[in-house]
Amino acid sequence: MRKFLDYIIETVIFICGMLSIIFVVLIFSFLLKEGLSFFKDFSFIKFITNQFWYPNSKVPSFGILPLICGSVLVTLGACLIAVPIGVMSALFISEIAPKGVRDILKSLVELMAAIPSVVIGFVGMVTIVPLVKNIFNLPTGLSAFSGSIMLGFMAVPTIVTISEDAIRSVPWQYKEGALALGATNWQTLRRIVLKAAMPGIIAAIMLGIGRVIGETMAVMMITGNAAHVPHSIFDPVRTMTSTIATEMGETVRGGMHYKSLFAIGLVLFLITFIVNFIADLFLGKNKNL
Amino acid sequence: MPKIEIKNFNLYYGNFHALKDISISIEEKRITAMIGPSGCGKSTLLRSINRINDTIEGVKTVGEINIEGINVYKNNIDVDFLRRNVGMVFQRPNPFPISIYENVAFGLRVNRIASSKEIIDEKVEKSLKSVLLWDNMKGKLHKSALTLTLEQQQRLCIARVIAVAPNIILLDEPCSSLDPVATRKIEELMMQLKDNYTIVIVTHNMQQAARISQDTAFMLLGKLIEFSKTDEIFTNPSEKETDDYVSGRFG
Repeated sequence: MRKFLDYIIETVIFICGMLSIIFVVLIFSFLLKEGLSFFKDFSFIKFITNQFWYPNSKVPSFGILPLICGSVLVTLGACLIAVPIGVMSALFISEIAPKGVRDILKSLVELMAAIPSVVIGFVGMVTIVPLVKNIFNLPTGLSAFSGSIMLGFMAVPTIVTISEDAIRSVPWQYKEGALALGATNWQTLRRIVLKAAMPGIIAAIMLGIGRVIGETMAVMMITGNAAHVPHSIFDPVRTMTSTIATEMGETVRGGMHYKSLFAIGLVLFLITFIVNFIADLFLGKNKNL
Repeated sequence: MPKIEIKNFNLYYGNFHALKDISISIEEKRITAMIGPSGCGKSTLLRSINRINDTIEGVKTVGEINIEGINVYKNNIDVDFLRRNVGMVFQRPNPFPISIYENVAFGLRVNRIASSKEIIDEKVEKSLKSVLLWDNMKGKLHKSALTLTLEQQQRLCIARVIAVAPNIILLDEPCSSLDPVATRKIEELMMQLKDNYTIVIVTHNMQQAARISQDTAFMLLGKLIEFSKTDEIFTNPSEKETDDYVSGRFG
């Protein structure tokens, strides 16, 4: 009887495990099928280098360069904001803050992660957007800059929580060893603790970037949705994700426009894959030292 | 003047009175062993000398620890400078997760002892030679210190301490995670270092104290019971508790 129960549980666990793999493979193959079929009729190079995205005009032009630029610009901006703030906050929470403050801060940051992106979107729309417009004297505050700020906010909790875990799991003996050699607190933090926690911090940053790159709702509401190649961070931009989200509803299933959106999905997938790959390279390098 | 003079020293962990009115004078260029059963306060006393106990929350001290006549618990003392002068080797080898070279160079860099590459190279070489790691390691200086065996790691930790040229080296059960062969090698190393440094070692192992130390302090329940020449402690102790402990009747 016990053996039988064991068998059933093992089977259930096996099926659940397989299901998650199958789902990923199915999604990926569907994306691949629809996306690749687009490239039969349209060259890949032209797709990513052409500057014009007019999928609905009489002579349609499928150039996603502006969308790639939009995504990259917003993501880079968000990283510039989120990485220093996130890592410093993690250091503060785990190493400097007194215990009472630490617990409060930690729960607040975790709460921040739970804010739905659409809420971040509309809060940004009524606060950051007019502020940016006034401060920089722009025709519109709906810009890559505003998007970066709001997405930065979204990435911070991810970066803080995971880096904080990494920093706190640095063995106490390392710190004790460094202090016993005459290092000051800051030298110990910078040269030993941060170094030892680096793989975890890089993983945290990558997950943060992952959240930013894939974010759709907030960027759709804040970045202005103009599909042209931006000249500065204060231009309105449109990202790949928001293009897919806004246009998928208007397409004819199986048509060129429909397929082109899948192709964008494929490019997006490629970009996240490259980001992860680079992160792995860093982590690997850190391991062998 | 004694190198380290502890006067009426008391330490509390919160409400727990861990060290009770300890007074002891440790002489220069000798090995002083501290023995006693677990929880007697010998590690706490050792960790008070370089004030590494300050990093634990809720520690309070009363009394003095004088190093070369200066009370290290005075208000205006530079704790980082104190720790550089009073090196410490811990129970479990704790090399940093960086290269062998950088482990030794760490103390030189953070204390601004040396900044040019030639001088650091030279000091790293000298330190590794003095712990007999150089011949094995000279080709592998840039490998992670975590790839070494436990004994090599402990040697590296000693080299790291020697590199910043302290006067005093404190060792907190440095052999407790090593096998007998490695233990003997570390002990031989300590005997060599004795000529240049004042060494204080906490040990669980009475035979080790008997083998390497010149003076021995016996502690029990936070009190110093007896402090004398090692021979005296082991052959002719004046206190009954010491006699019971060294002859193995308890502990």
